[in-house]
Amino acid sequence: MSKNKIHEPLFHIVKRGSLPLWLSWVIRILSVVAALVVCGVVTIVLTGENPIKIYSTMIDGAIGSERRIWSLLQNVAILLCISLAVTPAFKMKFWNIGAEGQVLMGGLATAACMIYFGESLHPVILFPVMIIASILASAIWAIVPAFFKAHWNTNETLFTLMMNYIAMQLVSYFVFLHSNPVGSGKIGIINSATEAGWLPKLGGHTYLFNIIIVAVLTIGMYIYLKYNKHGYEISVVGESENTAKYIGINVKKVILRTMFLSGAICGIAGLLLVAGTDHSIAKETVDSRGFTAIMVSWLAKFNPIYMILTSLLIVFLEKGAGQISTDFGLNDSFAEILTGIIIFFIIGSEFFVNYTIKFRQKDKEVSK
Amino acid sequence: MIIAFIQRAIVQGIPLLFGSTGEIITEKTGHLNLGTAGVMYVGGIAGVIGAFMYENSVETINPVLAVIIPILTSIIGSLIMGMIYSVLTVTFRANQNVTGLALTTFGVGVGNFFGGSLIKLTNSELPSITLTATSNCFKTKIPFAENLGWFGDIFLSYSFLAYVAIAIALFAAFFFNKTKAGLSLRAVGENPATADAAGINVSRYKYLATCTGSVIAGLGGLYYVMDYACGVWSNDGFGDRGWLAIALVIFAVWKPNLSIFGSILFGGLLVVHNYIPNLTMASQEIFKMTPYVVTIIVLVIVSMRRKRENLPPASLGLSYFREER
Amino acid sequence: MSNPAIELKNITKTFGNIVANKNVSLTVYSSEILSILGENGSGKTTLMNMISGIYYPDSGHILINGNEVVIKSPKDAFDYKIGMIHQHFKLVDVFSAAENIVLGIDENGKYNIKESTKRIKEITDKYGFEIDLNKKIYEMSVSEKQTVEIIKVLYRGADILILDEPTAVLTPQEAQKLFSVLRRMRDDGKAIIIITHKLHEVLSLSDRVSVLRKGEYIGTVETKNTNESQLTEMMVGQKVELNIERTEPVNCQKRLEVLNINCVNREGVKVLDSVSFTANSGEILGIAGIAGSGQRELLESIAGLQKLNDGNILYHDPKTGKIDNLRDKTPVQIRDLGVRLSFVPEDRLGMGLVGNMDIVDNMMLRSYKKGKSLFVDRKQPRNLAKKIIEDLGVVTPGTSTPVRRLSGGNVQKILVGREIAASPTVLMAAYPVRGLDINSSYLIYNLLNQQKENGVAVIFVGEDLDVLLELCDKIMVISSGRISGIVDARKSTKEELGLLMTKHGGEQNE
Repeated sequence: MSKNKIHEPLFHIVKRGSLPLWLSWVIRILSVVAALVVCGVVTIVLTGENPIKIYSTMIDGAIGSERRIWSLLQNVAILLCISLAVTPAFKMKFWNIGAEGQVLMGGLATAACMIYFGESLHPVILFPVMIIASILASAIWAIVPAFFKAHWNTNETLFTLMMNYIAMQLVSYFVFLHSNPVGSGKIGIINSATEAGWLPKLGGHTYLFNIIIVAVLTIGMYIYLKYNKHGYEISVVGESENTAKYIGINVKKVILRTMFLSGAICGIAGLLLVAGTDHSIAKETVDSRGFTAIMVSWLAKFNPIYMILTSLLIVFLEKGAGQISTDFGLNDSFAEILTGIIIFFIIGSEFFVNYTIKFRQKDKEVSK
Repeated sequence: MIIAFIQRAIVQGIPLLFGSTGEIITEKTGHLNLGTAGVMYVGGIAGVIGAFMYENSVETINPVLAVIIPILTSIIGSLIMGMIYSVLTVTFRANQNVTGLALTTFGVGVGNFFGGSLIKLTNSELPSITLTATSNCFKTKIPFAENLGWFGDIFLSYSFLAYVAIAIALFAAFFFNKTKAGLSLRAVGENPATADAAGINVSRYKYLATCTGSVIAGLGGLYYVMDYACGVWSNDGFGDRGWLAIALVIFAVWKPNLSIFGSILFGGLLVVHNYIPNLTMASQEIFKMTPYVVTIIVLVIVSMRRKRENLPPASLGLSYFREER
Repeated sequence: MSNPAIELKNITKTFGNIVANKNVSLTVYSSEILSILGENGSGKTTLMNMISGIYYPDSGHILINGNEVVIKSPKDAFDYKIGMIHQHFKLVDVFSAAENIVLGIDENGKYNIKESTKRIKEITDKYGFEIDLNKKIYEMSVSEKQTVEIIKVLYRGADILILDEPTAVLTPQEAQKLFSVLRRMRDDGKAIIIITHKLHEVLSLSDRVSVLRKGEYIGTVETKNTNESQLTEMMVGQKVELNIERTEPVNCQKRLEVLNINCVNREGVKVLDSVSFTANSGEILGIAGIAGSGQRELLESIAGLQKLNDGNILYHDPKTGKIDNLRDKTPVQIRDLGVRLSFVPEDRLGMGLVGNMDIVDNMMLRSYKKGKSLFVDRKQPRNLAKKIIEDLGVVTPGTSTPVRRLSGGNVQKILVGREIAASPTVLMAAYPVRGLDINSSYLIYNLLNQQKENGVAVIFVGEDLDVLLELCDKIMVISSGRISGIVDARKSTKEELGLLMTKHGGEQNE
């Protein structure tokens, strides 16, 4: 044994058995605080302003006026909606990183309905048509990779990633086909005169409808995952495929069904974006939220209620950093840098939740 | 016109080749770096920053320095990105997809931020970042190529970075198949537990491969700005090339030598619509879809045929922890 | 006999509360083949893993060529010229044999596959291996893979070779070929240790035999001075009185009839070969056999998890008297037929339970589908969880604790409790007491006995022959996928079972 001590490494990494829940949250919150400090330092270095002014600018940018609060909530709603969509698949350990394309397809279907049927169909028929079209378009986009995964174990991460760009090109094609004014390469506001196919403005607020829908979806998803039989099957398949087979779950069916659901919610997100927010469509409509949503969902440990917080955190940062860029004359990509830093810290903190580092000295105590 | 097409295809393909070679090296150790798009942005902007600083600090530029400085800063930039990814995924065993996506968000942000703010940050009086002088140094071509007719046009009309890209890809192919370190590296990606038991330092290989891969991918960003874009940085100008590079990895079934042809093919698909007469703006967009469609077809065929040599490295996307057996 | 190549002195290794090796001392000489004989769980593999650097002993010394050494990693073991061929091969599938052999060795950084191939050829010629060095591992048969592993170890210059159950995966012909290679290596001066539980192999191959039983060293004998019955006795020991309450079976009726089933696994090996038996209600049918003789496949095919190539599985419904064929039905289809089949699989956390889920959610695995409601009902599972925790004395902070945090015994109580709660008509349990302490084990035995008294047909796969003899009514012995005998547990002996267990092992002659 004596010889062994000399050779033993300085420290080694050990998987934690369990960590009290409160402590794991302390670690996570500390990591966010640390990240905010680092963000502050980066901002100071780049702008030369004092930190208090920077943070207050951020807060002002995010919630400084009624309009900004509405805009913040609207952005949270959309991001949250897409995060909800990707969550069931992730719980099943199906790495769908194609939400970007799935949402875009939903948006495309919505826009197409608005353009083709906006004038001709009565709203009572138009809205159901839009809803069904957007859900179907997105669901198809999600089901195709799921089908290949279920039958041939085709790598779903790479497949769904590629599907994003096909969706983008389809949208581009559509945009050029219907550019308004012709030849502008943009589609402009659809039905700007009639507002046909626009989602209703509740109490005069453009975004309230979106927010309510997403709130309902959040609760629905929470209940689905936690209390519904399908949600339970998703967890079993995600945790152990062997157990799933042992109790007679049809794994292929669960994969296809779950991806259909994922896609369908992406379709709703697309509908809200096009019919409820932009009233237009472009390649950039989703604005990488399909990817950001993956981080939102993962940071929240796939819990829809926590996702409200994580999506709020990310949108808050984006809006705040955007304000800093405007006020100090910087490029608005500043927000992405800050978001990146914060996510790196939170990702890193998971290591300290799951593993612990044992130093040589301490290790001897433990082994005795 | 065919010659011009081939030339454009190659010029378009070179950044993809850098990106995919880098990504292949990383993936061969089992790490799917979805941050490659971000890394390429950073590689590009870091080069721009270096060149910008240098151009603004001297009266007349020395062509050798004008090439070396941006390359160095580009390497440093992508190396930092590679380190962030490695620390998080290798040592901290974080989820590779989430880390990669965050890295892309961050990298694209860094690129666009400095691209848009560099002038203000340095209190320079220039209207925009136009590094024509540096770009010209990068675009130095083989002097006698012009006298060789079509042969010179197709094969010798490019700047040196293009040849570097091909050389790196060929070397990577050689490295994987003909060297012991290459064998060990592939073993790490296929079966880290076996590699570990054979006495290979798994973490070290993962770090080295990820960082080297990032540096190579970053050079793709540099090539794009300095050569393709003639030294003019425009935000989001690099577009989705990073993702296309990842697609190319699949298309080339994780073989760097195949990705040379793949990159030219993809480059060609990106510009082919310019060479087909009577295309509407709309149908051009359909043409731009082809690289992705082709990639999916390859992915599906590979997974259906299950030929083991063509499948992704077996441990791709999984972190390795020795005590978890 | 020559010098001691390796000496173990008072080696002890514990895992938690379980003592895997207790004060084991052992000597291996060069130019000899030593067999380490013992039942499953007797600590053979653990002991060898300490020599090859996988585990580190809690106490004791290891001497190599007379010098005390510390072996902390497989690399250290290589440095001391020790090589182990594990039961589960460590090979990279997409590499060729030659690439796997040279992997990880630093020969001055040079990589010259031709040069290496030449050296590998020298080894293969010397010992008579037949292998295509350019063949990819995934194209290889199990025996070829094993050959690659052996060459890999020799290429690293090993003088001490450890083989863990080398013939478990081989056909008799392949095993014979392996033995001749091993003999040649012995004649070349190498020390060879083979871990096995097949008596005839021990007798035909080795020079000396060391026997382990329940983690303890029993003794070493020269092969030429021993015979099967002496070795069996050393291996299984004297009969131990366990005092399991066994009642006489009452009202036995045919419940499950397995007729001539055959099953070939993915590697093309016949894992079940014309297996036929009947399990009666009110009886415990024990299944004895060396691990991996087809027990898992047998239970899984009854449970609807394994496709069969041939044969039928008939279920006699106790209420209606109807006979259903369960062959190739899925677990859901079996349930829908009204067959109440409970199964406690060997892999508790990987199959029977979900480690990351809490006790309540694990209770639900069997019952969540019941009812027309869209939502899962956690009330009944929660009550069941509470009942099981109380009745079986499960030690847990609460019903919402993930099961992976519980100790092995408590995990098993949860699993068995759930399976019994479904009031089965057939209950299958694979190694239900493996890794459990005495008290938990008895609790499980009593539960099985209760089920038997309730008229359930119980099938119990066990490894401890004493337990099988005391608990079961009938014992069926399975050997290499075939039934080598069905005996009356009240009249049989350990020796009889031991001989039946190795009946088909390796050689085809009976």
